[in-house]
Amino acid sequence: MKGNSQKTSFSILYDQLRWEEKSLIEAAKKKDVKLDIINCRENSIDLNKDKSTHDSDVILQRCVSYYNNLHSTAAFEGLGAKMINSLYTAIMCGNKLFTHMELAKSGIAIPKAFCAFSNQSAMDILNKNGYPKVIKPVVGSWGRMIALLKDKEAAEAVIEDREHMYPLYHVYYFEEFVKRPPRDIRCIVVGDKVVAAIYRYSGDNEWKTNMALGGKAEACKVTNELEDICLKSAKTLKGEILGVDLMESEESGLVVHEVNNNTEFKNTVRVTEVEIPSLIIEHVVNSNK
Amino acid sequence: MIKCTECDAEIKIPDDAMENEIVTCPDCGASYELIKSSNGFTIRPAQSVGEDWGE
Repeated sequence: MKGNSQKTSFSILYDQLRWEEKSLIEAAKKKDVKLDIINCRENSIDLNKDKSTHDSDVILQRCVSYYNNLHSTAAFEGLGAKMINSLYTAIMCGNKLFTHMELAKSGIAIPKAFCAFSNQSAMDILNKNGYPKVIKPVVGSWGRMIALLKDKEAAEAVIEDREHMYPLYHVYYFEEFVKRPPRDIRCIVVGDKVVAAIYRYSGDNEWKTNMALGGKAEACKVTNELEDICLKSAKTLKGEILGVDLMESEESGLVVHEVNNNTEFKNTVRVTEVEIPSLIIEHVVNSNK
Repeated sequence: MIKCTECDAEIKIPDDAMENEIVTCPDCGASYELIKSSNGFTIRPAQSVGEDWGE
């Protein structure tokens, strides 16, 4: 408990009720855990209240909208709630450049990356380091606007388009194109355990492995090496419930290319049969003890 | 059963349906959000996937 005598309340905060959120609500029911269900879109938050307003609340953050997620986390955490995951984790995981730098500081293997802040300096760094490279929005998900830049002409076309977009897209973030099998690995971290992992294979005519783009899933054994790198990543980003994405680099072995603070787990449950919703609820209940 | 407002097909509401759950028309693929009403549920068009949606 957080040092007061009030009974801890547990809530799930969402903006879209997907399979994941529904399964969490069902898991709480089965465990006889009272879980308040808060629709972020249908509630407002008085930011002027005392900072201990939500001192006895543990809130599982499940908003699918990045901006809803980040800002509602800031609001509730600022008013005293324990957020899972925390604002720090949301900030760091929500931005690929921030994630990269945090993981790098901890010595975790990651793809080589570059950034630039103008179209000219972006082209200069690409031409200096060579092709192919992968361009990623620093904030984004489900593989949106990630492009493989095979040569200078492709890079010029994508970067010219970016110049007409919102300023966030003028932060150019490039990663090496990692030579790997046509799959990556998604590991689900709950607390201090990697509870399940899957291989995610690219869909037809697609190099990206996102399930949202039609990728296929297959169970993956959680090896000691996989567990070590995932838990080290989780500790670095101070995350409690995370989806850690890794590639099997031919050159460097396992490299972490993304850490998700609002991880989806439907496909992982389907192919591994691990009861992830139940494990998450257990973690939420035990997290405030 | 609820009728799809796009194509008039019947949309089955799951027995364990919850408010705000998304259901999809089996015929045309339109997505709807379930809203509780005095008779069970009604539907409203689901929010389209936002540019900032993700993990």
